Amino acid sequence: MANLLEAILTRGAKSPAHAQFLRKQRIQDILVRLAQIALLIVLLAFWELGARYNLIDPLLFSQPSKICDTFTKMLLAGELHQHIMVTVVETIVGFLLGTVFGTVIAIIIWWSPFLSRVLDPYLVVLNGMPKVALGPTFIVAFGGGYGGIIAMAIAISIIITTIVVYTSFREVDKNLIKLARTFGANKRQIFGKIVLPASFPTIVTTLKVNVGLAWVGVIVGEFLVSKSGLGYLIIYGFQVFNLTLVFVSLFIIAICATVMYQAVAALESRILKKRE
Amino acid sequence: MKSRQIIRFQDVCKTYVTLNGETEALRNINFAVSEGEFVAILGPSGCGKSTILSLLAGLFPPTSGTILIRDKKVHSPSRQIGYMLQQDYLLGWRTIKQNIMLGLEISRQKTRANEQYALELLEEMELLSFQNHYPHQLSGGMRQRVALVRTLATRPDILLLDEPFSALDYTTRLRLEDLVIETLRRRKKTALLVTHDIAEAIAMADRIIVMNTKPGRIKKIIPLPASLTSKPPFASRKAPDFQKYFQLIWKEMNENG
Repeated sequence: MANLLEAILTRGAKSPAHAQFLRKQRIQDILVRLAQIALLIVLLAFWELGARYNLIDPLLFSQPSKICDTFTKMLLAGELHQHIMVTVVETIVGFLLGTVFGTVIAIIIWWSPFLSRVLDPYLVVLNGMPKVALGPTFIVAFGGGYGGIIAMAIAISIIITTIVVYTSFREVDKNLIKLARTFGANKRQIFGKIVLPASFPTIVTTLKVNVGLAWVGVIVGEFLVSKSGLGYLIIYGFQVFNLTLVFVSLFIIAICATVMYQAVAALESRILKKRE
Repeated sequence: MKSRQIIRFQDVCKTYVTLNGETEALRNINFAVSEGEFVAILGPSGCGKSTILSLLAGLFPPTSGTILIRDKKVHSPSRQIGYMLQQDYLLGWRTIKQNIMLGLEISRQKTRANEQYALELLEEMELLSFQNHYPHQLSGGMRQRVALVRTLATRPDILLLDEPFSALDYTTRLRLEDLVIETLRRRKKTALLVTHDIAEAIAMADRIIVMNTKPGRIKKIIPLPASLTSKPPFASRKAPDFQKYFQLIWKEMNENG
């Protein structure tokens, strides 16, 4: 048994010293993971027991067992998947479009230095503006359905995408552009062969940031108008004072947002793996 | 027997203008380069020697004067010219094979025959087995050899070398000097090398243009004897005449006026 454990801990070792190093590292990894799980269990236990013995008000803060119950019941009754679908689709559409539109605007202003100077103060003002404040305007303009909510998600990420991507276009090494010019490259070729691929890592990174921003936009949008989605469940739960429902949606949002973020991060490292 | 003049600079001046005023980079530059000749432009930094190459490559126009390549005025970048920069500037997202095809892609000459030619050049540099590697997997000397292949792949007649060895370590540099000279001589290319390294200029060139700074002017044009120009650079460095010319040019560069 001890031998088996030792074999697992030192798997792939190239020398006794390497084996010792690997064992130390792996034991450390296991301890970190155990501590993480222990922390979660302790927090949940305090919450559960605190609510049960009225140290915290279960009406306001619910309790893990009730949240778990409600979640299972709703899931089995098929009351959740529609809300999850709506919100996830809105978020994905929002962050993809926000990134695409932001990049397109960045390309346009890279192309025209004149336009870039003209638009500069507008970008500064729009960037400083809290986009959620525009919520009511969007709903009037794009309707109370998916349109307004997706517009919200786009609005929240588009300006920062434009600024970050445009900056990365401008920071491309001037000598790479000179190199292309010595081969007689025109502006389109300089963009297509040098500037865009050189900025690609930045664009992918923006995608990662925009996932988080799109969640904010979608949830706020759903707060304001919707009749379905996880944001709607939160507002509804709050209105009927069913805080357990609020925690159920928060729990689902946390899971979905993490999964989405990890998926984009995995995509990023796959794309950038080959590069320096 | 005098061979044909392929490059001519006639009274070329260049002044850079910015918001803060203007800087005179070059004043009254006159010289000519014959077909197949290797000319080194030697001078301290800021003497406008790189500007000469950029003008010749057609990256921007001179303020006054005329630059001719085969009796035709230079307007824009042309296919006759290959430019090697101070560093390799290989594109990190492309494989070595894709990197050497860059010039062919941009000038829309990416035919099967030209691709084959580029790969043959890569083989000549003993790098064919690295064609599917990425630049960061190669050493500095290997990368600069790839850059040379990229430059030669478009079959230019004239090569502009802008301190192409300055980022390399000394040993690699000596080896590359020989390789470049051998490759250029075999293909009878004309070349213009910009450098601030006296030894490198003497080892590689047929003729040396010594420049003055502020503004950049030609101070003296020094032809080198056959004892130095007929050998590969590494052998030239050991020739008896090498020291003599080194002293001569050293004095020339340290004289004021």
